[in-house]
Amino acid sequence: MLRFIVGRLLQMIPVLLIIATLTFFMIRLAPGGPFDAEKSVSPEIRKNLERYYHMVNADGTPRSLWLQLGDYLRNLARGDLGPSSKYSSRTVNELIAESFPISAELAFWSLLLALALGLPAGIIASLRPNSPSDYIPSSFAMAGISVPNFVIGPLLVLFFALKLQWVRVAGWDDWIDRILPSITLGLLYAAYLARLTRGGMLEILSQDFIRTARAKGASSLRVILKHALRGGLVPVVSYLGPAVAGLVTGSFVVESIFQIPGLGRYFVNAAFNRDYTMVLGAVLFYAALIVLFNLVVDVVLVWMDPKQKFA
Amino acid sequence: MRSPMHSEALLHVDDLRTYFHTRAGTVRAVDGVSFSIGKGETLGIVGESGSGKSVACYSILRLIPQPPGRFESGRAMFDRVDLLHCSDRELQAIRGNRLSMIFQDPMTSLNPYMRIGDQVIEPLLIHRDVSRAKAWALGVSALREVGIQDAENRMRSYPHEFSGGMRQRVMIAMALITKPELLIADEPTTALDVTVQAQILELLGKMQEERGTAVIFITHDIGIVSGFCDRALVMYAGRVLEAAPTALLFYEPKHPYNQALQRAIPALNATGRELYTIPGAPPDASKSIAGCPFAARCEYALEKCLSSEILLKEVAPQHFSACLRVQLGEIDLTPASAVELSANN
Repeated sequence: MLRFIVGRLLQMIPVLLIIATLTFFMIRLAPGGPFDAEKSVSPEIRKNLERYYHMVNADGTPRSLWLQLGDYLRNLARGDLGPSSKYSSRTVNELIAESFPISAELAFWSLLLALALGLPAGIIASLRPNSPSDYIPSSFAMAGISVPNFVIGPLLVLFFALKLQWVRVAGWDDWIDRILPSITLGLLYAAYLARLTRGGMLEILSQDFIRTARAKGASSLRVILKHALRGGLVPVVSYLGPAVAGLVTGSFVVESIFQIPGLGRYFVNAAFNRDYTMVLGAVLFYAALIVLFNLVVDVVLVWMDPKQKFA
Repeated sequence: MRSPMHSEALLHVDDLRTYFHTRAGTVRAVDGVSFSIGKGETLGIVGESGSGKSVACYSILRLIPQPPGRFESGRAMFDRVDLLHCSDRELQAIRGNRLSMIFQDPMTSLNPYMRIGDQVIEPLLIHRDVSRAKAWALGVSALREVGIQDAENRMRSYPHEFSGGMRQRVMIAMALITKPELLIADEPTTALDVTVQAQILELLGKMQEERGTAVIFITHDIGIVSGFCDRALVMYAGRVLEAAPTALLFYEPKHPYNQALQRAIPALNATGRELYTIPGAPPDASKSIAGCPFAARCEYALEKCLSSEILLKEVAPQHFSACLRVQLGEIDLTPASAVELSANN
């Protein structure tokens, strides 16, 4: 198992190199540059800025993109994502270190809510397919997937913050500020989880070995918990890897609605601002998390399914 | 050997009808089946695919998905409890405890996510007040009893690490670990190759003899019935057409279907001749049949066979037949062996 994990972690290196290179060229292919929005920038200051970011050589001649990529990768190897092209006094490492914990906390509460709602709903729906106890949770799940969170979020704000005044409209200071964003983000994932759980459980519950368990005199609860759940949750666990990576790197929409200084907003704003280094940093961070969480999922799946082997 | 209506019956099934109500129509999988089995007895249920033999037995343990399945009528009395209509709690207390089942396909009937040991001892944990350690020890000896080598270690293996025959041995150990009074075996050897079949049959026979367990043995293989069962039912289109002690069933068939089935068995001594097959196909189970379900394919059938209601009646001591003409004494069926001999000459 250790070999497997180390091998997969080593595979991360070429994956991240390729992603860094592709992103590097793609963001530079986009029209405009990091200093274009500021109209007042004089040619002198601009030259200085470009020198600071090593976009030109010391003598002011343009530095080739390949050399710039080389600079970037050299720094990357030391774990240095460089200074932000937008906020020149701050490094990308700082920005991520500052905003990631906020997004991660939001992700944690959202995921907790999603699991607490989605798993039981999916299990209940699978027990009597095509009956009211299936239709009700399934239609809620369908609605949860279909209604975008930029609709749910403002509706929640309208009702709980403005009308009932239980919580604040936006912000991220108190524990009470965590409630609405977590619900907004969590409901969507709860809906996905409910559908995946229902599908996985339906598949398992139709297997012959479930009939064997019933023939042994196992109660319905025992059949579900001891015999069906482990196999039934396989699709859920597979989905959780990329989902968690997406969640912890922040949701632009939810963070914008509730004015949360999380990674998601930096990520999207960086793309708009042509903040080359921030975009690269965020993409690489996201990619690394995806690879990591997929690795965790693969380990968990091997543990869940005895037929799977580390390979 | 007992008659089907014996008073000391362990299980008495009466007029069982299991229908499946689907969008395409109603399938009458079991359409009025009655039988009983006494303590320690071995009852065979023979029939081709779709004859309702498995559905009948799954109905007894209420392992039929409801819906679409539904019991239209009948009772299955097991020690004064009607298994078809008792509470879930009563049923669960009997299932896997006093009445166990083994299934056709050992490859899919064991849980691939659980260790063999955990599955084998599960009936004990459910039905007996034993510690896990005690149950585990009983599990080890149960595996040993069914001939699994290195049982202590094999308890910790998973089903995919066992061959088909070994898995069926595990199923048998699991089904018998609570020492049930009745074991229902649904084609337990069908998915296995012939040499393994023989071993499993031998094992079942041995276990049954040691414990005095009654066995209902479902099969489409008449040969197995003759070697293994005291008495057998012949099922066709959801009904019992003939019931008799196995020897009588073979040497004195009292129903044209049974006779035709036996003619269709390849004989060791008859070579170079085309094997007899019964003309036609079984009736569509979604249509209600007025008379004898076999009449359309029967060489003895008359007009009245298609219309009058067919009931199982005792036509000779312990020998029950649903053939109207046999009941009326109009035809006397020759055993298959005699048919073969006359055809040879």
